[in-house]
Amino acid sequence: MNLTKIDGGAATGGDRPVLAKKDFQSDQEVRWCPGCGDYAVLNAVQTVFPELGIPREKFVVVSGIGCSSRFPYYVNTFGFHTVHGRAPAIATGIKLANPELSVWVATGDGDALSIGGNHIIHALRRNVDLKILMFNNRIYGLTKGQYSPTSEQFKKTKSTPFGSLDRPFEPISLALGAGATFVARSVDVFSQHLREVLRRAAAHRGSAFIEILQNCPIFNDGAWEPWTDREIRDDRMLSLEDGKPLIFGKDRNHGIVRGEGGLHVVDLGGPEAADGSGLVVHDAKREDPALAFEIAHAGTREGFPMPIGIFRAVDYPPFETLMNDQMREIREKKGAGSLEKLLASGETWEVSA
Amino acid sequence: MNAEAQDPQKIRDKPSETLESVVIRFAGDSGDGMQLTGSQFTATSAIVGNDLATLPDFPAEIRAPAGTLPGVSGFQIHFSSDDISTPGDAPDVLVAMNPAALKVNLRDLKPGGVIIANANAFTAGDLKKAGYAASPLEDGSLEGYRLIKVELSRLTRSALEKTGLDTRSIDRCKNFFALGMMYWLYTRPLEPTLRWLEEKFAKQPVLLEANALALKAGSTFAEATELFAVNYIVPPARLAPGRYRNVSGNAALAMGLIAASERSGLKMLLGSYPITPASDILHELSAHKNFHVMTFQAEDEIAAIGAALGASFAGTLGVTTTSGPGVALKTEMLGLATTAELPLVVVNVQRGGPSTGLPTKTEQADLLQALFGRNSEAPIPVLAAATPSDCFAMAYEACRVAVAHMTPVFLLTDGYLANGAEPWKLPSVDSLPPIPVRFHTDPEGFHPFARDPESLVRPWAIPGTPGLEHRIGGLEKQDVTGNVSYDPANHERMVRARAEKVERIAKDIPAQVVEGDPDGDLLIVGWGSTYGAIAAAIRRRRAGGSDARIGHVHLRYLNPLPLNLGEIVRRYRKVLVPELNMGQLLWVLRARFLIDAVGLNKIQGRPFTEGEILAKMNAVLED
Repeated sequence: MNLTKIDGGAATGGDRPVLAKKDFQSDQEVRWCPGCGDYAVLNAVQTVFPELGIPREKFVVVSGIGCSSRFPYYVNTFGFHTVHGRAPAIATGIKLANPELSVWVATGDGDALSIGGNHIIHALRRNVDLKILMFNNRIYGLTKGQYSPTSEQFKKTKSTPFGSLDRPFEPISLALGAGATFVARSVDVFSQHLREVLRRAAAHRGSAFIEILQNCPIFNDGAWEPWTDREIRDDRMLSLEDGKPLIFGKDRNHGIVRGEGGLHVVDLGGPEAADGSGLVVHDAKREDPALAFEIAHAGTREGFPMPIGIFRAVDYPPFETLMNDQMREIREKKGAGSLEKLLASGETWEVSA
Repeated sequence: MNAEAQDPQKIRDKPSETLESVVIRFAGDSGDGMQLTGSQFTATSAIVGNDLATLPDFPAEIRAPAGTLPGVSGFQIHFSSDDISTPGDAPDVLVAMNPAALKVNLRDLKPGGVIIANANAFTAGDLKKAGYAASPLEDGSLEGYRLIKVELSRLTRSALEKTGLDTRSIDRCKNFFALGMMYWLYTRPLEPTLRWLEEKFAKQPVLLEANALALKAGSTFAEATELFAVNYIVPPARLAPGRYRNVSGNAALAMGLIAASERSGLKMLLGSYPITPASDILHELSAHKNFHVMTFQAEDEIAAIGAALGASFAGTLGVTTTSGPGVALKTEMLGLATTAELPLVVVNVQRGGPSTGLPTKTEQADLLQALFGRNSEAPIPVLAAATPSDCFAMAYEACRVAVAHMTPVFLLTDGYLANGAEPWKLPSVDSLPPIPVRFHTDPEGFHPFARDPESLVRPWAIPGTPGLEHRIGGLEKQDVTGNVSYDPANHERMVRARAEKVERIAKDIPAQVVEGDPDGDLLIVGWGSTYGAIAAAIRRRRAGGSDARIGHVHLRYLNPLPLNLGEIVRRYRKVLVPELNMGQLLWVLRARFLIDAVGLNKIQGRPFTEGEILAKMNAVLED
């Protein structure tokens, strides 16, 4: 799997020391279960943070509740472990208060899409400059194994011994539907790919939604293996690369075309797209999210590969920039506020002794 | 230009009589503009120097079906040359724009009071909607009152026929005709309202002209007509010298927040979700973005307080404004703010409940929610404003306490304070107490939960400060280091430390003041918006020649309570606690001080009248 490399910037600002991975490791013992996919994500974040050229004290990691929400305790930056589902709201306040901070949200499929569904969609539609890492293990881990809003329908779990009846969310479609300006998917164990997605998210201006397929070895072991297993991944997953046709397969012998009823897979050896000219070409910068949505949604169909990479990356002014610009413009137009004048505004009168 | 000069049809001079105080209630359909009419009469009365108090009373429905009883909207104003503190128990004058307004409000009118009714609105259809079989204007049922029938709709149409406006738009100006009449009747100038119209309709000259014409025509009509034989003068009140303005509780509260930001040098973020009757604070603050207060209309109540708390974590003072149902939603975040020990101001403009309850009516039933309404041990300081203008002082004070003690703070007001108005002597900006802000910057020996030995306050260490990187959160924290800790003894130590920190705020607030007798027969303890009614009732009892020794304590700090309160409540034979709830402060005082205090409780969505408090006071004293 590969992504187009981008320059992440070097951490050599002025007289500041060059930061290394260990600078982002806190003194707290990491307490995820052995084999948890969260370790790989933590590792990727601690690898990428020092590359970004941002002083350590300007990072804030915010989380809600859940296994993945313990994340801030393990990253040696400012961190806030908050209320279940509410991290995007708190992170929004942090970013509004100080737009110079690099604010990251660690959340899970339950935290972000169930109890916090409202906050995630609104943070994304506003385009607050938050980097939201959504760990998707398709299960509730911290409460010991109930189905989540991304669990497959009819899944048997502790709270659904006869199978869950909920139809799952497709997180990428949800983020796109909310108007997110940066939407990506990666996998806990695809370390190179994950790091690259994190770098791209960091470089994006505005909210970034990153779904990370993550394994819970205790309550939902192997949930992503039908796609990510080393033996089959090339045939079951589709890496999105900007400006390139949608091709996948161990021998790169399958492509995606648009035909009757939407996108479907064709054999590149066959007549439909033998020369590759009819293949859908990925373009994350398209203003219209319809194609990205179509790709994401097709990924849920039997026989269609699971797309990973950057679905959408469009430039739009971040919320906090608009907020501060508006306040500055008003101050320039009306002049700085005077408390005396404010109190005495409207009609006043004098009472003499 | 004055009202006289505009009056070409002046027929004769009428005599004037002087009154000390008057209570007028404007009542009409929700679409009749009664709140606007009342506010204009209030603003003008303030400008002529009267003391005043108001009680807007409107339905929760934006436009209930026209002409029906649920659609009636009222605005009561009490204006006086004397010191007053309530909107008046019973109106002297009722302006009724339609039959429904008459029907709903007649029971409150003083016996022999004046009814000014829009005769054109008493049609068969509207009478039926109001449930009248026959017109009360004609059937003699209003004999106990002074009934003045005015053809408001016809007169307005005839005054505005040359404006070119359609009849519907002209009819919407009849409230200004009525206002003009009342201005003449109580010798108020038209200019303040004319100035307001010029500003309001600067871009709609036709509407400006129409409303101004209606106002002038109403005044001219009142002077010319045989219906009014005299007009009345209510001289200026003897208020303390200084510069005054008229202010509502919500406006005062918004200015208090801005003042706290300006004086502390702290940026502020208001996270809010629209809710009656608190929304006007959001509106007011969003209009003043040339200060350093950001306003963020969040997706819900939880996000509103979440963003505010996030801002506080990052060194901007977070504020959230709401009403009871919104507080219910914010509860979990309040727990986090308490354990994270971050400054935060939560304003609850209380309304009738539970649940959606009476959204536009007043109540004081969220006191125990503020004191205890969270899981586990989560103490939060609670402050309450006593009058509309006191909302300024207490909003400022809530910010001061939050920052000085690194804690969320509740400020309780209510619908009556929020929408009620009174003259406000402008405070001098320099006299506002300082709000010192100290962001911790020294990495040497830094621990996020190391406490000041006196106040037990932890340092405010904000992101962006080199060397202070640390993590906080909702999990229990190890004393001093703030690291996650499940140690049993540590948990108890932290629970007690958070409680003790809030208790010690008592040393940082003023001692409780007693108004009236410092000891004796009866102490009345109130909090919040009952201040005016209690003070007026005690004044009235004194004026009646009572020799009972009565004191009045009005609590502006409900947690922690003032240190001297326990000693005060024991200096009186009896303690009476009037509240617009089932006895919440009463419960606290009885539990806290083991005194046999008694309550006066009203849960009708309306403030106390002086008479209600006086009657209970008399009964308790005679008991």
